[in-house]
Amino acid sequence: MRTVQVQTVTDTVREMCISVNHQLSSDMVCKLTEAVKIEESPLGKQILGQLVENMDIAKTEMIPICQDTGMAVIFIEIGQDVHFEGGNLEDAINEGVRRGYTDGYLRKSVVRDPIERENTKDNTPAVIHYSIVPGDGVKITLAPKGFGSENMSRVFMLKPAQGIEGVKEAVLTAVAEAGPNACPPMVVGVGVGGTFEKCAILAKKALTRNVQEHSSIPYVADLEKELLEKINSLGLGPGGLGGRMTALAVSVETYPTHIAGLPVAVNICCHVNRHIVREI
Amino acid sequence: MDRKITLPLTDEDARSLRAGDYVYLSGVIYTARDAAHKRMYEALENGESLPIEMQNNVVYYLGPTPARPGHVIGSAGPTTSSRMDKYAPKLLDLGLKGMVGKGKRTQEVIDAVVRNGAVYFAAVGGAGALLSKCIKKADVVAYDDLGTEAIRRLEIENLPVIVVIDSEGTNLYATAAEQWKK
Repeated sequence: MRTVQVQTVTDTVREMCISVNHQLSSDMVCKLTEAVKIEESPLGKQILGQLVENMDIAKTEMIPICQDTGMAVIFIEIGQDVHFEGGNLEDAINEGVRRGYTDGYLRKSVVRDPIERENTKDNTPAVIHYSIVPGDGVKITLAPKGFGSENMSRVFMLKPAQGIEGVKEAVLTAVAEAGPNACPPMVVGVGVGGTFEKCAILAKKALTRNVQEHSSIPYVADLEKELLEKINSLGLGPGGLGGRMTALAVSVETYPTHIAGLPVAVNICCHVNRHIVREI
Repeated sequence: MDRKITLPLTDEDARSLRAGDYVYLSGVIYTARDAAHKRMYEALENGESLPIEMQNNVVYYLGPTPARPGHVIGSAGPTTSSRMDKYAPKLLDLGLKGMVGKGKRTQEVIDAVVRNGAVYFAAVGGAGALLSKCIKKADVVAYDDLGTEAIRRLEIENLPVIVVIDSEGTNLYATAAEQWKK
């Protein structure tokens, strides 16, 4: 049994919130830099150039990449041989978010109640997904999610007979409807299988993957490549103002499902696809 | 065509702009997003006056991050305009000349833009650090309790935007993708 102080969790989450909102991961930086070279539309090229410049300013001057610094989504994998000491784990995570968003001059975008809509003024609570894994490690993934793109995300409960063609159609429908609202070039996370809620979590998790890598399942990797090509034939382009680079990457995650179902979730993210991992 | 425009936006300048024009905006612009629009709309419904003048002004759909010490403002890019669609026609009919945001608008908004000879501009979404450099002064002028959603008066210099819907109702989003479709 390994003991972990919850204060360490708070400190780690705080640092992650600040870092992830000012600096994209190297895989995202590579994709955006490549996109400038690939784009054929002159206006699209100009917009992508601005996005690359924006990343540089954000990093060097510590101005958040985007003013929507998101709702904090956290995946935490906890080794079953870990014992937390010093307080409640969930409170510790939220305290990390509170300090990160306050100390880091990040935007407080969370309201306490979806109907009454009073701002909590510290960006808590986070949305936390826990999983218990073998071992004595703690792995935290933080992916703050902006809502321009979150609002354009969809869940489709397909029939098994619709098969892989149905999945492709669902993804293309969601991306086309999202259009300029989702700040293209987008990153598209897709969850296939499971249940209604499982496919949505898979889609969210897909967005935390390295955008330069494909699925280890051969047919899924092929699906990711085909979807990216089809999305980039829609013509939406950077900012939705026309061009080739509508999406930078498509990541698909799958899970076993029921004999009667084929759930598909499409979680759309803008080009500010923030994800960061720390291990304690 | 590249243009430089000084705000407030005159009727003449607004009508001269065409969908697809790349424009650098300077002068005074006001921020307002969801909560401020809701409050202004309710004020009008109750027969009260608005906290800012609409005539020939331009609204930027923005909720910035807090300014670091010594900075004018934090990250300051556009938010999705469609959430303001419910409120925009009424403000345009009161003289609002332009809106800066990102994303699609309803036909009701497009009709109100045409009816009032106004303009809808898009700024590049997700370029908040870059766009913040164009903001030289920022003051909260109304609804301070709304935090990031308060109405701010900004003094801007060469804020880069693109005309998406012009005073004749031409909509760049509707035409641009077609040109690049494979």
